[in-house]
Amino acid sequence: MAKVLMKGNEAIGEAAIRAGCIHFFGYPITPQSEVPEYLSRRLPEVGGLYLQAESEVAASNMIYGAAGVGVRVLTTSSSPGISLMAEGLSYIAACELPCVLVNIMRAGPGLGGILPAQGDYLQATKGTGHGDFNLIVLAPASVQEAVDLMLVAFELAEKYRNPVILIGDGMIGQMMEPVEFPEVKVGEPLGPTDYALTGCKGRERRIVNSLYLDAQKLNDHNEKLKAKFELITENEQRWEYYNTEEPFDVLLTGFGMMARICKTAIDVLKGEGINIGLFRPITAKPFPYKPLRELIDRSKRVLCVEMNMGQMLLDVQFAAEGTVPIDFYGKAGGIIPSVEDVVEQLRASIAKVGGSRSGK
Amino acid sequence: MAVTEVLMAGFGGQGMLLSGKLLAYAAMEDGKEVSWLPSYGPEMRGGTANVTVCVSDDPVGSPYIIEPVALLVMNQPSLEKFGPRVKKGGLIVVNTSLIPITADRDDCTVLNIAANDVAKKAGTARAANLVMLGAYVGWSGIVDKSVTIAKIEKEFASKAKFIPANVAAFEAGYAEGEKMKGGA
Amino acid sequence: MKKIFSYTDGLTKKTTHYCPGCTHGVIHRMVGEVIEELGLRETTVGVAPVGCSVLAYEYFNCDMFEASHGRAPAVATGAKRCRPNLTVFTYQGDGDLASIGMAEIVHAANRGEKFTTIFVNNAIYGMTGGQMAPTTMPNQRATTCPMGRDVEEVGHPIKVAELLSSLTTPAYVARVSSHTPEETIKAKAAIKQAFQYQKEGRCYTFVEVLSICPTNWGLSPRESNTWLEKEMMPYYPLGVLKRPEDFEGGTDGGN
Repeated sequence: MAKVLMKGNEAIGEAAIRAGCIHFFGYPITPQSEVPEYLSRRLPEVGGLYLQAESEVAASNMIYGAAGVGVRVLTTSSSPGISLMAEGLSYIAACELPCVLVNIMRAGPGLGGILPAQGDYLQATKGTGHGDFNLIVLAPASVQEAVDLMLVAFELAEKYRNPVILIGDGMIGQMMEPVEFPEVKVGEPLGPTDYALTGCKGRERRIVNSLYLDAQKLNDHNEKLKAKFELITENEQRWEYYNTEEPFDVLLTGFGMMARICKTAIDVLKGEGINIGLFRPITAKPFPYKPLRELIDRSKRVLCVEMNMGQMLLDVQFAAEGTVPIDFYGKAGGIIPSVEDVVEQLRASIAKVGGSRSGK
Repeated sequence: MAVTEVLMAGFGGQGMLLSGKLLAYAAMEDGKEVSWLPSYGPEMRGGTANVTVCVSDDPVGSPYIIEPVALLVMNQPSLEKFGPRVKKGGLIVVNTSLIPITADRDDCTVLNIAANDVAKKAGTARAANLVMLGAYVGWSGIVDKSVTIAKIEKEFASKAKFIPANVAAFEAGYAEGEKMKGGA
Repeated sequence: MKKIFSYTDGLTKKTTHYCPGCTHGVIHRMVGEVIEELGLRETTVGVAPVGCSVLAYEYFNCDMFEASHGRAPAVATGAKRCRPNLTVFTYQGDGDLASIGMAEIVHAANRGEKFTTIFVNNAIYGMTGGQMAPTTMPNQRATTCPMGRDVEEVGHPIKVAELLSSLTTPAYVARVSSHTPEETIKAKAAIKQAFQYQKEGRCYTFVEVLSICPTNWGLSPRESNTWLEKEMMPYYPLGVLKRPEDFEGGTDGGN
């Protein structure tokens, strides 16, 4: 298929359709409203369902209902809306139902602002809702990758019967880039749906439930969810190395669009003969600690750059286990660290390394 | 070709986001890598609106650009804000129909064009954004003229009666830009 | 000998956890019988709430969801919209539906979601131990209004059936009671009508059932029935408040 120039939000909507998802429930919020707008137009064309919920709380429970009857379902929102969806997500994860969410992050906390930010990294990876559950978290760095990862998202959601969230900052939702879509899989059914509530004709009745009043049973259920996430951790880590072939003293880390800006900063310094490696997690959860550690072990210092006050930083620190100093540079509120900013921070980190093996 | 970053800025409703889109479409058709990153604010109309288009042979790294190679401005606040940021040796296209000052940069090429007047002569004053785009394309040769015109025709396909005036505006701008090529 | 009564296949054989005298069991049975009589058991998905009937998924003999507090109408919306051939119902109490879930019920009704809601109104929070509900009567005592509901402080009890009837979207809205055999017969007829309309794909259907809570009211079951009739029924009048026919050039304005 030929490439088309498309806004990230619209491309995400189309990607869901290509993944065979024709059910959407959501609530408008900047800067992701182009997703529901696009799908409200597009889904009827493919015989799908678009429904605007009365709130994100309701939307998250509608996808619980939809996932529970065994259909592929999507919701999208932005930061404050995801906070409201936390309720439904906890139930969906507890009931082991597949669904996909997208968070086109805006600046917080509180009502915050509508400009791009990455302030929901910890929310997505560490604490989306109450109780012990894990989301699979995907962090694309381009519109094309957002499309590709939407397909992965549905696959993983169904493979593990677990909610998957794709996190992008407002930039990736609002920008246009050329994208190529896979062929349409409209109407392709899910895999085995032996959990789905479809009416009990010819079988035992089924219950989709997360209430376990017996402590031992609830503990066992938690153990099961834990074991599932361990399996996901083992199988599903994705990451990118950039410019790591040559030796480097300073390793740069960032996720999503921030990593794109970091790449350009690396290119700028490369032009001066200074080599910097980049590590970018594609699965923010399961976080690729070992692949990151391999690069950390080759470096003398790490610089972590984010559009927040230091969230992925915690994962980087966890991976480093105190073996190297870690610098952090972050901006929030909608301020995007520029290539020039990152270059300056890298120079500062390089200076701290001192007499070095930088350059070729 | 290294990456070319073009910042197009004006008030919301002046059509600079569309100009950027047309450039991105045309460049993509030419086989280039592109990105189109708008600034966005709470207001639907009337606020400042700008878009950064990156055109490159290689995948675009950062689409977020502080110092563009080229700036196309439709209003004075944008010229004052972004004018000083243009890379040394870059280009600034100023719509003199709406901006009473000019770019204070002797290390850049400054292309003054009365875009609204040129557009009016071409048939519609509303196509000043396409005059600006035409001037830039004519001056830079970054994308093929006919490819860009085809994109304009496609963009206005549902409003066919506007096509001739918009294409004429683009061509008028293109001619102005081409004229100033190699000099300033 | 002719068998004239048997246990409904619409319910499981599990013994309920409800308190002595509680009418949840009666209401469960009515719903179960209606599902069986209309031949809907194998195509039905029910949604249990949070509250006294949180374990309703153990008792209705069909596929069941357990929803979060107040969100049963949203869950039912997701289920019914994606599988319109299913019969979907929510079973909710007054705290679940009229307090935390008010937004969900109003919007589901307003969208005309084609499922059925059984709303059990006993004017109190039962499971959590007798706290004030949005439907608690003026001056009625509860553990969070020990001096009785002060309408100056917390407003008047909400008449949900009337509230939903005020929406323009066509619907079936009825209020019935479960405190006497006679009212129970009428209640079952209303529930059956609701499921029938759903079966025909007509409209959103809502049946409010007045119910007693001897445990938290601090009354005997007999006294509770009297209290319901004397205190609740004048404020929550019984009857059909809205019919889909009202919007189809059909009969009069209901009631």
